[in-house]
Amino acid sequence: MVTRGFSSGRRPPADGDARIPPGQYLEQGFPVLSAGPTPRVRTEDWSFTLKHGPRPIKKWNWTEFNALPMTKMTRDIHCVTAWTKFDTPWQGVLVDDILADAGVEPPTGFTLAHAFDGYTTNVPVADLTAGKAMVALLYEGKPITPDHGGPARLLVPHLYFWKSAKWLNGLQFTTRDEPGFWELRGYHIYGDPWREQRYTDDP
Amino acid sequence: MSDAAAVQSPWQTAGIVRIEKRTPRVTSFFFQPSRPFAYRAGQHVDVRLTAPDGYQARRSYSIASAPETSGAIELAIEKLDDGEVSPFFHEVAAVGDEIELRGPLGGHFVWPEDESGPLVLVGGGSGVVPLMSMLRHRAARNSAVPVVLVFSVRVWDEVIFRHELIALDERQDGFDLMLTLTREAARRPADYARRVDVAMMVQAMTRLPEPPGIAFVCGSNAFVSAAAQALIDAGVAAEIIRTERYGV
Ligand SMILES: Cc1cc2nc3c(=O)[nH]c(=O)nc-3n(C[C@H](O)[C@H](O)[C@H](O)COP(=O)(O)OP(=O)(O)OC[C@H]3O[C@@H](n4cnc5c(N)ncnc54)[C@H](O)[C@@H]3O)c2cc1C
Repeated sequence: MVTRGFSSGRRPPADGDARIPPGQYLEQGFPVLSAGPTPRVRTEDWSFTLKHGPRPIKKWNWTEFNALPMTKMTRDIHCVTAWTKFDTPWQGVLVDDILADAGVEPPTGFTLAHAFDGYTTNVPVADLTAGKAMVALLYEGKPITPDHGGPARLLVPHLYFWKSAKWLNGLQFTTRDEPGFWELRGYHIYGDPWREQRYTDDP
Repeated sequence: MSDAAAVQSPWQTAGIVRIEKRTPRVTSFFFQPSRPFAYRAGQHVDVRLTAPDGYQARRSYSIASAPETSGAIELAIEKLDDGEVSPFFHEVAAVGDEIELRGPLGGHFVWPEDESGPLVLVGGGSGVVPLMSMLRHRAARNSAVPVVLVFSVRVWDEVIFRHELIALDERQDGFDLMLTLTREAARRPADYARRVDVAMMVQAMTRLPEPPGIAFVCGSNAFVSAAAQALIDAGVAAEIIRTERYGV
């Protein structure tokens, strides 16, 4: 439906078109989205736990985690509130390398990412492995600020950005695809920006 | 995690049935959805504008009206001069126009919740909109839940819903209004003239008979960060603070 009198919209630049998913606009800044206040997690208090259901597989402290292989990843990111940001440079530990260090193959097809503030989000294993996702520790070469999820956040750049849990403290394998925090509150269970899967009932 | 929202919210058209200027920069638009829906206080809708060549812009707007209100839903939109969508509403949209929207959306920034006790509301500018829905909801239900609203704006004339808020305050039914003006002197004895800070939040807590069960903070990103931190520094548990950020 054409809206009467709306013609002067701010169209995306022609060369960027194919990189902007439907319903998104290009953002130069880096807005912040979260459900509550910003937790301040000190690296001394930080830890990351890999679990299978309730059972811990392996736990790393900050020093141990930083000794894992580091990988750089520069990706476009897409927030469900409609902004897209090109070429965000991250550095961290691939989920593949975390699993290798723990010496496990994924025991199930699904995970829940957990955060220090109690936030959770579900991501299928297939979207985390084969170089697709990492636990990011640096943004633009510097420690990630608390606002943006530091000390460590999940980075799953091909899904809407709420899947890239901030203030990450664990990853848990689950038997079923269990909805996380926003997924229980009306957001899509998978969240593919290219299929515009924003809300529960989007196809 | 009690509020699983099984939303069915496809795009639909809604007619603008009334337009009311609230402040020099904020105007309320009343929409009559073609398929009316129930919503909870604090939720929002997405609106979508489509140009003749198919280009679309979409934005979120909180619902200002109470869930009890039958008929049109109120959106209060602040004009950002260099924005894409808000100037369209202020300069082009007229009564009788049809706009596409979907909702209700958002299942976290909603009141009431099962376990909620006294309520702290902190709004910056148009961030007061979902808080207004909560206050209207409370008034419609004749609820006695103690509430304090800390509402920060630049000047007195930018206090959105001013008459209604002051009228609610004067009922003395457990709702307390604290206005803070950041670029003008305070007008009422109970008000402040500075940015939201810890001391102000400590004061806000003293207006409640017991510690809050839940706090809602809404406004620009910078405002929400500062206000949520001030609440924490004033002794409010981070777990009970819910935030809604309007972006830049
Ligand atoms: C859940 C939620 C609820 C909300 N509720 C309300 C509400 O009740 N009332 C309300 O008024 N707002 C609300 N908002 C904010 C609203 O969604 C819009 O962000 C706001 O109206 C601005 O939209 P706009 O199109 O006018 O401005 P935009 O075009 O989005 O621009 C916003 C600002 O960013 C800058 N900008 C962005 N992109 C560009 C660009 N490409 N080039 C140059 N500058 C740019 C502009 O300087 C402008 O000042 C809410 C937001 C959320 C997420």
